Amino acid sequence: MELPGLYNYWVVIGLMMGGLYIVISRPNLVKKLVGLAIFQASVFVFYITIGKVAGGTAPISIGSAVVYSNPLPHVLILTAIVVGVSTMAVGLALVVRIKEAYGAIEEDEINRQDNGP
Amino acid sequence: MILDHLPILQVVLPLLAAPLCLLLRHASRSYWLALVTSWLAFLIAVLLLRQTLAIGPLSYEIGGWAPPWGIEYRIDVLNAFVLLFVSGLGAVVATAASPSVAREIGTDRAHLFYCCFLLFETGLLGVAATGDAFNLFVFLEIASLASYVLVSLGRDRRALTAAYRYLILGTVGATFYLIGIGLLYQATGTLNFADLAERVPLLSDSRTIRAAFAFLTVGISLKLALFPLHLWLPNAYAFAPSVVTALLAGTATKVALYVLLRIFFTLFGDSFSFGAMPVEVILVPLAVAAVFVGSAAAIFEQNVKRMLAYSSIAQIGYMVLGIALATVLGLTGGIVHMFNHAVIKTALFLALACAVWRVGPPTLDAIAGLGRRMPLTMAAFVVAGMSLIGVPGTAGFVSKWYLVIGALERDWWWIALVIIAGSLLSVVYVWRIIEVAYFRPVPDGAPSGEAPLRMLVPTWALVAASVYFGIDTRYSVGVARLAAESLLGLVP
Repeated sequence: MELPGLYNYWVVIGLMMGGLYIVISRPNLVKKLVGLAIFQASVFVFYITIGKVAGGTAPISIGSAVVYSNPLPHVLILTAIVVGVSTMAVGLALVVRIKEAYGAIEEDEINRQDNGP
Repeated sequence: MILDHLPILQVVLPLLAAPLCLLLRHASRSYWLALVTSWLAFLIAVLLLRQTLAIGPLSYEIGGWAPPWGIEYRIDVLNAFVLLFVSGLGAVVATAASPSVAREIGTDRAHLFYCCFLLFETGLLGVAATGDAFNLFVFLEIASLASYVLVSLGRDRRALTAAYRYLILGTVGATFYLIGIGLLYQATGTLNFADLAERVPLLSDSRTIRAAFAFLTVGISLKLALFPLHLWLPNAYAFAPSVVTALLAGTATKVALYVLLRIFFTLFGDSFSFGAMPVEVILVPLAVAAVFVGSAAAIFEQNVKRMLAYSSIAQIGYMVLGIALATVLGLTGGIVHMFNHAVIKTALFLALACAVWRVGPPTLDAIAGLGRRMPLTMAAFVVAGMSLIGVPGTAGFVSKWYLVIGALERDWWWIALVIIAGSLLSVVYVWRIIEVAYFRPVPDGAPSGEAPLRMLVPTWALVAASVYFGIDTRYSVGVARLAAESLLGLVP
């Protein structure tokens, strides 16, 4: 198998599963958000990968007939990155408010305060 | 000519009004701005529906770029119907919002609420108007981000954790949708719905397309709160400010359902979704489970808002059953139920907002004897509750009737039994509220007196609508049937 081959896709799957696992398994609210960021980053890598055309160069018009990579997925993912950043900002702001209200950012501790021991 | 630009005005108008609310920094001025904007959006939606019924689907090219290269806004009967009830319910809720917002959020932060309210409406209307898969993702996230903030405005600190959980699950759902769109783009090289609909059937054996289908279905089911992906919903509804709950219950999950319809029937086509990928094998058990689990949880709930939230999960089950039938009758039932339930649930939550305005958090103990303390509010609640159950002569009956005959037409008689059993369960939880409100004595020193007229009139308007659409079904069922026929490709 020659590199890159499917190497990028394996990285995407690894990051995706790892990120999702962190979201599900970690009780710490900040760590959950970190997992979410990794999960989203895997999708960014995926989009960047599908824009690559074998032997293609950067999509800047230089006059002669050359093969260009597809710039559209890159533009799309720029939008998705902005969405991801905003989600992260709202999420972290919520964690700050939760910390103020409960004095804790561990899920177990918050559940204990809400439902009693 | 301004009428040619209606599809984009529908979305841009609330988008432009939202930052103006921030600049105004004044509770009642931003209230009036939100009010006028949301009623204008409703007016535009009415005009759009009239145009689509008269001359067929409208296509609008953003920035003059022809599809499939540019982003296309494509309004057919289904879009226009969704735009109509989303903007209509937004306008009614905006009308009722002012007193409740002043009491539950505070006048110092009210302009921020109206800003998020308009952004939320922008997102939902954008999702319903766009004909571009990626554009849909962006609007979905605009609506979701605004709704996380709206939920977190609740007085109870549990609103914060509810908003956090909603954010995590909502983002996972949106990211799944993004993965699905990426796979589709990889296989077909287009993002335009009409273009995708032409190319996807040619590739129906491809594993990429099948994976895309799975990712899109799961992602949108998370946004839709289909059992067992509903865990974010009960607390988000229960602890959000009352007007926010009314807005979310009527619009957010319904728009997600619309996206699911688009994916199943427009993007992939019914022969793929229900032939090559027998999605009903998964959807039907989950929908049936949603009906029973949601209703059962509602019966044992002490907080009335949470009770209605669990009831929403059950009602989503009915709508998904309608989709899974994949016949004209079943789809008509599903789409009409989407509309009717939006009206009914918003009426119920607005009535509850009136009650909360007077008594605070609506536990069963707090609403004891409320039938005598707030007679008009509770009467509205009872009528809307009957519509929720599906008593003949109300809107809820019409949609359940279509679902039942849709199920019988396909010989799925046990589905018909499930729908009837689910309705019986809803009698139990609605009756619990009525019993507490009318037959328990009024506690000493309990606050009494009606909510302000500005909240009661919109509530009663929706209650009247939920009865009206049970008697005159020309507009609800008629339009839904047209939409169902166009989804199944029977009419262009």
